[in-house]
Amino acid sequence: MSDPGASGAGLEKAAASAVGDLSHVDDSSQKQGKPRSLWSDAWGELRRKPTFIISLVIIFIVVVMAVFPSLFTSVDPRAANLDNYLKKPSADAWFGYDVQGYDVYARAIYGARASLLVGLFSTLLTVLIGSVVGIVAGYAKSWIDSLLSRFGDIFAGVPFVLGAIVILTTFNSPTENPSATRIITQVVLSIAALSWPVSMRIMRSATLVAKQQDYVKAARGLGASPLRIVFRHLLPNTVAPVLVYATIALGAFIGAEATLAFLGIGLRPPVVSWGVMISESRDYFQAAPHMLLFPAAFVTITVLAFVILGDAVRDALDPKSR
Amino acid sequence: MAEPILEVTDLVKHFPVRVGVLFKRTIGHVKAVDGVSFTLNKGETLGVVGESGCGKSTLAQVLMRLEPPTSGGAKFEGRDMFAMRGAELRKLRRDIQIVLQDPYTSLNPRMTVGDIVGEPFEIHTDVAPKGSRRRKVQDLLDTVGLNPEHIHRYPHQFSGGQRQRIGIARALALRPKVIVCDEPVSALDVSIQAQVMNLLGELQSDLGLSYVFIAHDLSVVRHLSDRVAVMYLGKIVETGTEDQIYERPTHPYTQALLSAVPVPDPTQRGRRDVIRLTGDVPSPINPPSGCHFRTRCWKAQDICATEEPELVVRTGDHPSACHFAEERTVV
Amino acid sequence: MTAPLLEVEDLHVEFRTRDGVAKVLNGVGYQVNAGETLAVLGESGSGKSVTAQTIMGILDTPPAFVTKGAIRFHGEDLLSASDDRRREVRGDGIAMIFQDALSALNPVFTVGFQIEEQLTVRRGMTRKEARARAVELLDLVKIPNARNRVGEYPHQFSGGMRQRAMIAMSLALDPEMLIADEPTTALDVTVQAQIMDLLRDIQKERDMGLILITHDLGVVADVADRIAVMYAGRIVEHADVYQLFRAPGHPYTESLLESLPRLDLKGQELKTIKGLPPSLTNIPSGCPFHPRCPRAVDVCRTEVPANHRLGLDRTSACHFAEEVVSRG
Repeated sequence: MSDPGASGAGLEKAAASAVGDLSHVDDSSQKQGKPRSLWSDAWGELRRKPTFIISLVIIFIVVVMAVFPSLFTSVDPRAANLDNYLKKPSADAWFGYDVQGYDVYARAIYGARASLLVGLFSTLLTVLIGSVVGIVAGYAKSWIDSLLSRFGDIFAGVPFVLGAIVILTTFNSPTENPSATRIITQVVLSIAALSWPVSMRIMRSATLVAKQQDYVKAARGLGASPLRIVFRHLLPNTVAPVLVYATIALGAFIGAEATLAFLGIGLRPPVVSWGVMISESRDYFQAAPHMLLFPAAFVTITVLAFVILGDAVRDALDPKSR
Repeated sequence: MAEPILEVTDLVKHFPVRVGVLFKRTIGHVKAVDGVSFTLNKGETLGVVGESGCGKSTLAQVLMRLEPPTSGGAKFEGRDMFAMRGAELRKLRRDIQIVLQDPYTSLNPRMTVGDIVGEPFEIHTDVAPKGSRRRKVQDLLDTVGLNPEHIHRYPHQFSGGQRQRIGIARALALRPKVIVCDEPVSALDVSIQAQVMNLLGELQSDLGLSYVFIAHDLSVVRHLSDRVAVMYLGKIVETGTEDQIYERPTHPYTQALLSAVPVPDPTQRGRRDVIRLTGDVPSPINPPSGCHFRTRCWKAQDICATEEPELVVRTGDHPSACHFAEERTVV
Repeated sequence: MTAPLLEVEDLHVEFRTRDGVAKVLNGVGYQVNAGETLAVLGESGSGKSVTAQTIMGILDTPPAFVTKGAIRFHGEDLLSASDDRRREVRGDGIAMIFQDALSALNPVFTVGFQIEEQLTVRRGMTRKEARARAVELLDLVKIPNARNRVGEYPHQFSGGMRQRAMIAMSLALDPEMLIADEPTTALDVTVQAQIMDLLRDIQKERDMGLILITHDLGVVADVADRIAVMYAGRIVEHADVYQLFRAPGHPYTESLLESLPRLDLKGQELKTIKGLPPSLTNIPSGCPFHPRCPRAVDVCRTEVPANHRLGLDRTSACHFAEEVVSRG
């Protein structure tokens, strides 16, 4: 889970084939009916898949947790009561108390926000940077492509954890305590800086294939400007594989946040996140396993939900599996 | 009176073969089109036949200005096509359009049929004012035999033959004078091919179109063409009227090609002239010296390797690029 | 009257997909004798390839299911045979070649290895013997310089050569019957002619039965002895090649012949077949061709036509078969 780059590897090939192969076996009249775009077809298929529904429900719950934490608990996550030092789970506190007397359950609920924010913005930034560079690399002349690809290779060559350590310790020394906004921004930037080559490669691969399609030739033959070709013809057809990557990456980045927090270079107190909670439980695992188990379970379930979502979306968008 | 609308002279298109990681160097050239000249007259269909590697698809791309030529020229209505820029080029785009081979990739799957056929009007906004566009699109769908009500449907909801019709409607939108048809029926079932071929024929007589009809199926080409050019490895080896090429071919490649096409008549078994070429088509990266066809030709002599035969009238009534051109009835 | 080499009887195959059940084969039956070429003619969706794959036992089940019928090879029903027995028959009794040699040949093994493997595993030959035989086979299919080329990979061969290599591979175990599924569709016409000549020669030499699956009426006219015309998973006409072309007995065959552009004729008006091929999840009632048939009347919509006998070894599945035939 510490290397979000691994999730993109297989998608590059899939991206190329998904864009290129749209042939159907049955060339018949029965396809007519109400207008159905490929998106609505995919949606119709997704709606019927139980795995999709379940993962969507889990994600929905987590999002609500992040936006309206007070719906889930009335306990103040910042209320520390040392009397409750490492108390086990009970009827009062379902997840028990941690080393400083915080209610673990309350912190887990409130921690969802930071974890989710990191995951969301990292994904957005990674996809944005990667897509722009990827489309340019795929569509422009080959020397520009070479340059951008090699540039991306440099970033891709840096091992994630090592790179993150270097970047984040440059931003903050380990004893500093930056504000929540600042540290979240830094973590998001670090993750995006180390992960953008993956989304770039996917977008580039899909663009290279889309560029060859006959409908692009026809558009050029009509006199379409490069801008029109990119936005009208390439983007809509290359967005699918990137979308699949994004859903899986979101989960991976939440996991990455946990890793970075555990290492002490990511989010840190007073910010609450699942990663921070896991980090704090480090020395007390034997005595109070509930400190680790519950936030870890939250992370695992959330990441799993995103991965399953990504799988379902990919299957639904893959014209070959129809 | 035959009035040329398109005149191509010595058109050459070589693709460089590049290797390298960051800075690529050129190690050779794919000589896709290697000196092609022909004339297309107004209202007629020029069929271009050849097998894979002969360069006919590349020829289509260059004529459509989708690829720049390496050398040579082409004149559209007397004006130099390749020198046109800006507004003049835009106007040229309206006059020459293309219909492509693969019905499954020639239409953007994320656009509705109405958007696809209407895109020409969005690019060339001066052709149709915004209000009239929908009407025009529906008229076009009707012209090609599709239901105008289906304007909001997506390509995957149509069959292969119907998609080809959509592609034809798109090509007709700007009222072009010339349409380059690049294997328009090759990917269709036999029973659908006839529908699309008839459509193309009707459109030509109704709208006064001129076609450059590129195909590998000789029977299809014969049906629609007035004149025919036979291509081999980037060059035209023989050209003439449909009657001349099919009834009195003089170039050995044309003869072999005609002999190889199976005819749906079992009584012809054993009666037809059987010419079989050996081996496969050589690579266009390294075509044979002199006459490109000499490595598979039963008439080849020394002169064929040293002197490239020009496309001129030798024996008979039409040009042929062979030192030993001789009439032979194959079909 | 010798027993047929292969007999397909009343074969029904369904594809169960999430969009519905597609009835791909609806009672297909034909026979092939030794030394005979049967052409199975049809367009996409007619079921011609699925029949061949069912004979070979290479259909993916699921989603394909054989719901009825028999396939008899030398009298033995293959459908009720064990998987092992079907594997034995494959390659040895019946071999198959495909349209796209590039995807049918394994790209990571040399052509020689792919031929030799069959010989060492199934015939117990030594490496040396197998290699010698592989070179012989490549020679047989007229690949020049066979001794050297036997160690090359499929992508190093040109299209026509690859097809020849695939034919050599299929002959390794001396099969009694060969199924060729659109073997020349992807090839240039001059190469196509060479390959068809080769197939014809090999068949004659070995007295093999050949099932040629194609949509090309020209190829059929050149090479076939008998023809089975397929439409929507059914055989609509079964005839000798001369009879079929002279006087087709089914409106579909008739319409196909009339819609073909001919190399030797010019300017004839191409008759078209209106409409589109049927969807296999929703086959029209009665005669599946009725929505497109110029002769259709009420009974065509309500009753499935039986196989009318038009002569010795000649049938047509049309209510008006006799009339259609006499028109020709």
